[in-house]
Amino acid sequence: MSDTLAPRRAAARRRGRTRLEIAVLSAPAVIVFLAFVILPVALAAYYGFYRWKGYGDPTDWVGLNNYRLILTDPAFHDVLWHNGLILVLSLAVQGPLAIGLALLLNRRIRGRSTIRVLVFVPYIISEVIVGTGWSLMLQSDGAVNGLLRATGLGSLEADWISDPDLALWTLMAVITWKYLGFAVILMLAGLQSIPDEIFEAAQIDGASYWQIQRRITLPLLGPTVRIWAFLSIIGSLQLFDLVYIIWGQYVSGTAGTSTMAIYMLAQGRNAGNYGYGSAVAVVMFVISLVVALIYQRFVLRRDLRGAVTEGTV
Amino acid sequence: MSATTTVSRKSTGRDGGPVTYFVALLFVGVCVAPVLYIVLGGFRTNAQITTDPAALPDPWVGANYAGVLTSSVFWGEFANSLIVALASTAGIVTLGLMVSFVIARYDFRFKGAMYSLFAAGLMFPMVIAITPLYLVIKDLGLVDNLLGVIVPQIAFGLPTTVIILVPFLRAIPNEIEEAAALDGMSRLGFFFRMVVPLSLPGVVTVGILAFVGSWNNYLLPLYVLNSQANFTLPLGVQVFSSQYSTDTAKVLAFTSLAMLPALVFFSVFEKRIVGGLTGAVKG
Repeated sequence: MSDTLAPRRAAARRRGRTRLEIAVLSAPAVIVFLAFVILPVALAAYYGFYRWKGYGDPTDWVGLNNYRLILTDPAFHDVLWHNGLILVLSLAVQGPLAIGLALLLNRRIRGRSTIRVLVFVPYIISEVIVGTGWSLMLQSDGAVNGLLRATGLGSLEADWISDPDLALWTLMAVITWKYLGFAVILMLAGLQSIPDEIFEAAQIDGASYWQIQRRITLPLLGPTVRIWAFLSIIGSLQLFDLVYIIWGQYVSGTAGTSTMAIYMLAQGRNAGNYGYGSAVAVVMFVISLVVALIYQRFVLRRDLRGAVTEGTV
Repeated sequence: MSATTTVSRKSTGRDGGPVTYFVALLFVGVCVAPVLYIVLGGFRTNAQITTDPAALPDPWVGANYAGVLTSSVFWGEFANSLIVALASTAGIVTLGLMVSFVIARYDFRFKGAMYSLFAAGLMFPMVIAITPLYLVIKDLGLVDNLLGVIVPQIAFGLPTTVIILVPFLRAIPNEIEEAAALDGMSRLGFFFRMVVPLSLPGVVTVGILAFVGSWNNYLLPLYVLNSQANFTLPLGVQVFSSQYSTDTAKVLAFTSLAMLPALVFFSVFEKRIVGGLTGAVKG
């Protein structure tokens, strides 16, 4: 009896010890994560059903009324439209530019590593600083107009920030400036991961430079482009800092650059309507999730399968 | 193109011609010029900026920078940013490494679920959770307290950390763990004496991403911190620029000093930051 019990008891002790280790090592991260990420997200879904000013417990249950108000609010339609435009324009402008620049920078040129560092600078600077700097430069008496005057292009001077016909394009220019370097670096990393042998083989077969780029480089760069586009899409839907710094809550509304996140802050916390603000957050989340799922289902599927199996092995 | 053209390593054929250099230079110029404008603008006077907004300093004036560097407001906000960034980084790395170790090297029932939980966190950026997150912070009495920024930043930093570190820790060969066990080392001893040093490259990457992310974070401090004494630099820049909206030169000096640490940090760790970001993206 005791012969068989002793090892079993030892094994049980070891199992207990292992369990204890698992608990001690994982508990802090899991608790913090549940409390500050999952709980708020769950609370947003809950508060979204109430009219609630943020004091005491929410009691004024309004069902789907907040959602009805959001979805019928012309101001929300505006911000949704802006987010959509920003999303499409980001992809259409940055994608081709980034691929072209990456192909160019991937050639043998002197100072390549310096160039890489310098084009990444806009990405590493915070949105607040980018926004503050650009808003000073874009004012009607700012550096951009000054430069246009000095170079004889004075007729192009404009009110870049508050002119509703221009503001969104100004925003797109700033966004492109801030994030293009990141896209280029990503594409360059993608280019570097294509084995040289493929190019050598193509060259030996007599393929021209442009044929190689079109038939080999671009298709093989596909996964990188698709992942970049995914990040760009999510970023566009959640854009906040740049707009809030350059335009602020009120001007962004009249200039036509406000986004869903701005709407959420303005109608939620700043107006003291926490229930409504939470409902806006849920709408944003659902929109992002639906877009992400559609994108994953139809575009990313092949790439992700590879990434997941690689990542877990 | 003739067959004698040699293909250089990691470069698709062709040397860059004049066009390549021109475009590269133009691109770099566009990227750097606004940053230079901010830095150089700080060396000008408001009068200079008003007469010609897009010119070089003439003469150079150090008063704006000197003014900012001697102001207690700047250094207070600098210290707050530093405390928040260091504490968040330490928290993210410590908690992230511990839980990644469990997910990577222990066998238990909820392992997959735990990994999925953190991976799902990537779907919840701070913007979406910010309103109720603010309420949670308020209920904990952490409003206008640096901890109210630090702890949520740790929580939101964990998903990326786990995604990056788990494959890293899995890659440590089992033989090393078995050898350590034969030498009488416990699982925890193995963690501290072998895993931590062996995973250092991954940890450094994660730490740098956490630090830069914290240094640049604006949304959370905007919600949580109310009094200037607790402001971090991004908030400080914004408040300063609206307070001194007529003193453009001073705003430019303040702004460029606020971005300097991130730039220095970036130039020191450039390889790891770029590698970490592209690596994180590619999974």
